[in-house]
Amino acid sequence: MNTLLQGTALHRAYGPTPALRGVDIEVTEGEIVAVTGPSGCGKSTLLHCLAGIMRVDSGSVRYRDQDIGLWSESARSKLRRTEFGVLFQFGQLVPELTAGENVALPLLLGGVKRREAQKTAEEWLDRFGVAELAGKLPGAMSGGQQQRCAVARAMVTEPRALFADEPTGALDVLTGEQVLGEIVRVAREKGMAVVLVTHEAQIAAYADREISLRDGALDPTGLGLRTRA
Amino acid sequence: MSTSHVLLGLLAGGPRHGYELKRSHDDRLPQAKPLAFGQVYATLGRLERDGLVEQSGQDRDGGPDRTSYVITEAGRARLGEWLTEVEPPAPYVTSALFAKVVVSLLASGERVATEYLVAQRAAHTTRLRELTAVKTDSAATVGDVIAADYAIAHLDADLRWLQTTLLRLADLNEEMNP
Ligand SMILES: Nc1ncnc2c1ncn2[C@@H]1O[C@H](COP(=O)(O)OP(=O)(O)O)[C@@H](O)[C@H]1O
Ligand SMILES: [Mg+2]
Repeated sequence: MNTLLQGTALHRAYGPTPALRGVDIEVTEGEIVAVTGPSGCGKSTLLHCLAGIMRVDSGSVRYRDQDIGLWSESARSKLRRTEFGVLFQFGQLVPELTAGENVALPLLLGGVKRREAQKTAEEWLDRFGVAELAGKLPGAMSGGQQQRCAVARAMVTEPRALFADEPTGALDVLTGEQVLGEIVRVAREKGMAVVLVTHEAQIAAYADREISLRDGALDPTGLGLRTRA
Repeated sequence: MSTSHVLLGLLAGGPRHGYELKRSHDDRLPQAKPLAFGQVYATLGRLERDGLVEQSGQDRDGGPDRTSYVITEAGRARLGEWLTEVEPPAPYVTSALFAKVVVSLLASGERVATEYLVAQRAAHTTRLRELTAVKTDSAATVGDVIAADYAIAHLDADLRWLQTTLLRLADLNEEMNP
């Protein structure tokens, strides 16, 4: 299988606080990779860097063998809009827009005609079992319903990579399991790669493979062993 | 799990042959170890001796697998007790994982114990992934899912224990090998 994303020797600090200290990661096309580790180990920072949302201090992020760190902001923004989908713990839907409008938004930004965007949005809401919510505002939905809409929005453009940061962290166990099961099912059906950030072993078990971090570095044991200096 | 109580439960629906009992046990509890015929007949023998089941008939061609059994009143009473009895929470001292960590510290030292914990975690993680795949298979029945849930919850508890034990290993070694 071809390499879709490759992060090499990634370093990133917030002021004096190092968050990534030389992480290497590779994601092949259609692969589901879990990124695990205790709170504060750098999972979210890694996801933001891989998704081109955050710049690294040093090291490189390559998408289909091109170093996206060398790209202009507008080229990166286009990449994020067309090839990537992102999903966070809390749906982050636009509160003033209905579910249908929220899901249609990425398509409209990509130049799809309104009528067609609406139709596609409804199909995706249906895929995640919330077709009847198309006309509702996020404020009138439960957490699980909002998250299903957010998943539909993140996947509606059929991105090559989905970046999901604790996507079920705010949901009850059964709802979380259903949402995650659906994400994985659709990703496999469409050959989408998924980078799934989680601190829970049960969630990581949905992935094909797991990468563990500790203190901003890879932890090959997955047991939080301190890397010996 | 007690095979004799499960057989009593299966007989509560009406008389069955030993062969039917095995089949229905394996169908209803697909994630459990399949019953051997020998085990079914041995268990039925014990249940009959204790007056909890009795023979209710025999097909013309005879043979042990053609004998059908029926649950008795005493059997129903025993089944009722079992179903309301709380199982004793498994004491951690019976866990092979725990024993291995302690023995390896005694016999081989911290490095071997660490290697064991790391390898055990990898094995648990692989199994967790397999069981999750069973659950997410579109052909999975609710029965498959809850059986997988049960195993997953236990593996997850073991994984948490493996993780914290690793962090405590140096202290444990200190305590055991001062
Ligand atoms: N915006 C920020 N400003 C300062 N420090 C941050 C910021 N975001 C994260 N950090 C720090 O960077 C480290 C890694 O954080 P993060 O990537 O969020 O970890 P995780 O997602 O694994 O919990 C932590 O020490 C955290 O406190
Ligand atoms: Mg995080």
